[in-house]
Amino acid sequence: MIKRIFTGGVALAALGIAGFAIYAWHPAIDPVATPPADSFAPAQIEQGRILAAAGYCATCHTAADGAPYAGNYPMKTDFGTIYSTNITPDRDTGIGAWSEEAFERAMREGLDRSGAHLFPALPFDHFTKMSDEDISALYAYIMSSVPAVAQEHRDNDLPFPLDQRFLQAGWKMLFFDEGRYEPDPAKSDEWNRGAYLVEGVTHCGACHTPRNALGAEETDEMYAGAAIDDWIAPPLTAANPSGVAWTSSAFFDYLKTGSSRYHGGASGPMAPVVHAGLRELPDSDLHAIAVYLGDMVGAPEEDPATNPAVIKSLEAGIPRQDYRADQGERLYATACASCHYNSQQIAAGRPDLGINSAMRLDDPTNLIHVMLEGVKADQGMEGVVMPAFGSTMSDEQIAAIAAYLRSTRTDKAPWADLEQKVADIRALGAAAH
Amino acid sequence: MTRFTINGKAIEVDVEEDTPLLWVIRDEIGLTGTKFGCGVGMCGACTVHVGGRATRSCVTPVSAVDGAEITTIEGLSAEGNHPVQTAWRDLKVPQCGYCQSGQIMQAAALLQDIPEPSDDDIDAVMTGNLCRCMTYSRIRDAVREAATAMKEERSNG
Repeated sequence: MIKRIFTGGVALAALGIAGFAIYAWHPAIDPVATPPADSFAPAQIEQGRILAAAGYCATCHTAADGAPYAGNYPMKTDFGTIYSTNITPDRDTGIGAWSEEAFERAMREGLDRSGAHLFPALPFDHFTKMSDEDISALYAYIMSSVPAVAQEHRDNDLPFPLDQRFLQAGWKMLFFDEGRYEPDPAKSDEWNRGAYLVEGVTHCGACHTPRNALGAEETDEMYAGAAIDDWIAPPLTAANPSGVAWTSSAFFDYLKTGSSRYHGGASGPMAPVVHAGLRELPDSDLHAIAVYLGDMVGAPEEDPATNPAVIKSLEAGIPRQDYRADQGERLYATACASCHYNSQQIAAGRPDLGINSAMRLDDPTNLIHVMLEGVKADQGMEGVVMPAFGSTMSDEQIAAIAAYLRSTRTDKAPWADLEQKVADIRALGAAAH
Repeated sequence: MTRFTINGKAIEVDVEEDTPLLWVIRDEIGLTGTKFGCGVGMCGACTVHVGGRATRSCVTPVSAVDGAEITTIEGLSAEGNHPVQTAWRDLKVPQCGYCQSGQIMQAAALLQDIPEPSDDDIDAVMTGNLCRCMTYSRIRDAVREAATAMKEERSNG
């Protein structure tokens, strides 16, 4: 009897493994001759260029100082480091031998030309929502306009068994829904266009939605904010802590120019998303994205002049006779106020620190990054820079300014262990050089 | 290689990317109107405009200004007649003069953002520009005078 149960169990397990193997296996798609550039219509190529920007593909598919799209950019995940692939049309090391069918399968199903599973570091869970026309345009752009570069893929630094690609089939079974974007008939065309872009090519949730223990986006916590690349991607929902709630018009300004007067600028990992990315979309698409995101926050457009957080922050900035009491206040008055002070109202180009999400998140990470590293001309407000105070201020001084601003400009609880946090973030920067 | 424009002229420099912008302006480009004061972004003597905004050049790495437009005291006005400069001369603001190009660049940026500043506004924005000769009261007067002149310019404009 026991023997029969055992035999039955082994048979079932074998069946299960065989079933999984069949589920996990996908055929290779034959290599093709690289399509000549003139086989694509110029309008299609241009549409692909815009979409490649909107998906900021080059940001992850280009290594520091590497050729565009030639891959090997390290993506640090909780599981190990994954190096992006070469998606230039090089035949041997890139995707030059990929047919459009193979490219579309990668985007829709997360499989490479050989049929091997791609890791979800490629956000195919978003790209699967794209239209046929848009995926074709991306293919046309890459094949016709991206210079082919021979560069071998670096081996991923993933521990066994996570490096086994066939196991990704299990991940997909649990977390991946293949399928195009389905419009919500209750919403406007503009809202649906925005949702199509945000859920699909611009893959905002890849950073702004928290992930579960297996690295999949938590579908019941969409856009609730998450840590990414040692920064915080703030919530894109009503939970966003900015002093002035984000609205459609604020989202539009931010995506169009890299900053919003009442919210701050696109720094850290968000900088290329705007400056090398979404800004290429036509204004109609940026408006559509803004409508969708604004609806998600759900706040009415308001006059910031009457917002209590704005009033509090402006009042706190007025110079006082006892100016010299607190170290943080002294340093702020000398090093920061020349640019950040605002008078009766918040001027464009003078980011008011009391209302910025960096000052109001539970975690001071984003604020500390910007204070230590500054903001470059191609980040935040275009063409404007903030000096990098990490080279001149101690951890204690940076922490003092942050604590001073948090306590005087907001009604949030003080940040704990600020000085240690500054030291940690400073060490990350030093390690990167 | 870092590229930017300075006083309208395109520049390309090949220096370490963490070189302070001030070093590049003074030693590579040879514009010495911008001064070195404290070297830690705390005195304002090195203030220039980057993208039209007052910026401490001693703590700004040159890599940060790639693609930006920079204006120094030499480029604020072709003839040296920016309303702030005129007011500075009228009221004989400078004493030793060392900090003054930074003061003027900061004041010009202040009046662009806050065209009719109160004394509090002037104090808050100009506090980061130190003057060891203590010309502060004349600086404040000159900022007010320049604000008035600029207001008249706008209304006559």
